[in-house]
Amino acid sequence: MTAAEKVNAPHRMAEPPLVRRLLIGIALGFMALFLVIPLVSVFAEALKQGFGFYFQTLRDPLTLSAIKLTLIAAGISVPLNCIFGVAAAWAIAKFDFRGKNILLTLIDLPFSISPVISGLIYVLIFGAQGWFGPWLQDHNIKIIFAVPGIVLATIFVTFPFVARELIPLMQAQGRNEEEAARVLGASGWQTFWRVTIPNIKWGLLYGVILCNARAMGEFGAVSVVSGHIQGQTNTIPLHVQILYESNNFAGAFAVASLLTFLALVTLVLKTWVEYKNTALRGTAFTPVPIAKKAV
Amino acid sequence: MPTRQTGAKKIRVLPGFKLTLGFTLFYLGLIVLIPLMSVFIKTSTLSWAQFSQTVFSPQALAAYRLSFGASFFAALINAVFGLIVAWVLVRYSFFGKKFVDALVDLPFALPTAVAGITLATLYAPNGWIGHFFGSVDKSGHFHGLQISYTQLGVFVALTFIGLPFIVRTVQPVLEDFDPELEDAAASLGASRWQIFWRVIFPTLTPALLTGFALAFARALGEYGSVVFISSNIPMKTQIVPLLIMSELDGFQYAKATALAVVMLVVSFLLLLAVNVLQWWSNRYNTNNLA
Repeated sequence: MTAAEKVNAPHRMAEPPLVRRLLIGIALGFMALFLVIPLVSVFAEALKQGFGFYFQTLRDPLTLSAIKLTLIAAGISVPLNCIFGVAAAWAIAKFDFRGKNILLTLIDLPFSISPVISGLIYVLIFGAQGWFGPWLQDHNIKIIFAVPGIVLATIFVTFPFVARELIPLMQAQGRNEEEAARVLGASGWQTFWRVTIPNIKWGLLYGVILCNARAMGEFGAVSVVSGHIQGQTNTIPLHVQILYESNNFAGAFAVASLLTFLALVTLVLKTWVEYKNTALRGTAFTPVPIAKKAV
Repeated sequence: MPTRQTGAKKIRVLPGFKLTLGFTLFYLGLIVLIPLMSVFIKTSTLSWAQFSQTVFSPQALAAYRLSFGASFFAALINAVFGLIVAWVLVRYSFFGKKFVDALVDLPFALPTAVAGITLATLYAPNGWIGHFFGSVDKSGHFHGLQISYTQLGVFVALTFIGLPFIVRTVQPVLEDFDPELEDAAASLGASRWQIFWRVIFPTLTPALLTGFALAFARALGEYGSVVFISSNIPMKTQIVPLLIMSELDGFQYAKATALAVVMLVVSFLLLLAVNVLQWWSNRYNTNNLA
């Protein structure tokens, strides 16, 4: 509650206490049913066969190789989408050109596409029957059902995250500070590193946190291009699926608990960044068109 | 600003326009646009008869019905409860409010595969929640209402993943709402209920519809959380993304692509609808402020 709200509160006509309590009860009940119970149950199911089994599953070579592949996919896609996000935000926020709104809509596009289709498009290009399929086969390069495909699919699904945080932020900040730095003799790069980066660092961090969460958790798109080869093309979410489908439920939930932990860390970091910078709030994951978000 | 414009001629003080826009367009084309075109190019190699046979097959029609139906009802439930959650978070203070607020985003942060296996287990006949709805007797027959592995399960999963959309679109509008409008209505003799329906609710409508459209669109494309809780039986519990996946597993790329085109067109229409809604809601807000 802001200070202004508190001042206004006594004047305002409020709901009767009974209605208020009823609404809070409904809201908390709904949240408990859909969010808290599932969250608790992940850890309960993971520990069903004891701590010994839990840690044994996590130390399993197949689990470790899945963790490694997930780290590789996120380690490539997050920095690339970061560079893209900064470049796109610089071009869009600092300059005027035609077709800006179309560009903004196109940047958001991967959010409105089903993960299954996000994987399918790369199969159509690099798969055995795809455009480059025969050529790749001749040169013995594997993209689909191999690590490069997984990385590509991860880049695609996490494409907009950094850009859509930075664009509205940099648009709101305007160009005056950078222009002043230039007029005072700073070079382009000096302006960027000493003026722009300090101004956008929280937004950048915010975008990176969200981008990373999605990169490590992506399932549908990666599932299409992976081929599910254990120990080779299995990411953590795919490993969860394999364990679950082989009826190793405690094992599946043990590996799932890693991802759940990641989700909780993401929420904590996200809340912390929002606390540090109140301009970044709430709507982060919600794909409200960026074109309209910034006014 | 004066440094930027001298007379009619525009001088760019800041460098890097060509570099950054060039890289943006290159990367966008390489990662998003060219791969997406492949769907349409692949589909254009099909004759109309082949295309319509795939996208209007009984199995596809049943999948559309379940996808659209379950997504619609999931978004509807979220619209009702999401509005209440947003209202409670903005208007009331209670213990643990900050925690609840942060938790709203869990369905975005939690990988869909985790959500899928968790919901499937919870709502299974012997699960924490499922056992309240029915049980399996000694001969192995199920009595009661089964949720996991049925259409109801699909609906539960889609409700879970759509939960944050309404809350996060309505919340900011409710926060910006000018309480003086309420005071004015109250001083003119309106009851609390009338104030809500006639003054507050109309302001929230565009945001509510935007959230609904976003939740609906997300649910239509959802795969990970549904694949475990749906039994993936054709004509019964198969949603469109699952159908596309099963065509891919059978190396039926042309069929999978034709279905993907249908879903892409629907997604683009929804994206357009969301853009129009955003424009409407911005106009609404400016009118309110003026």
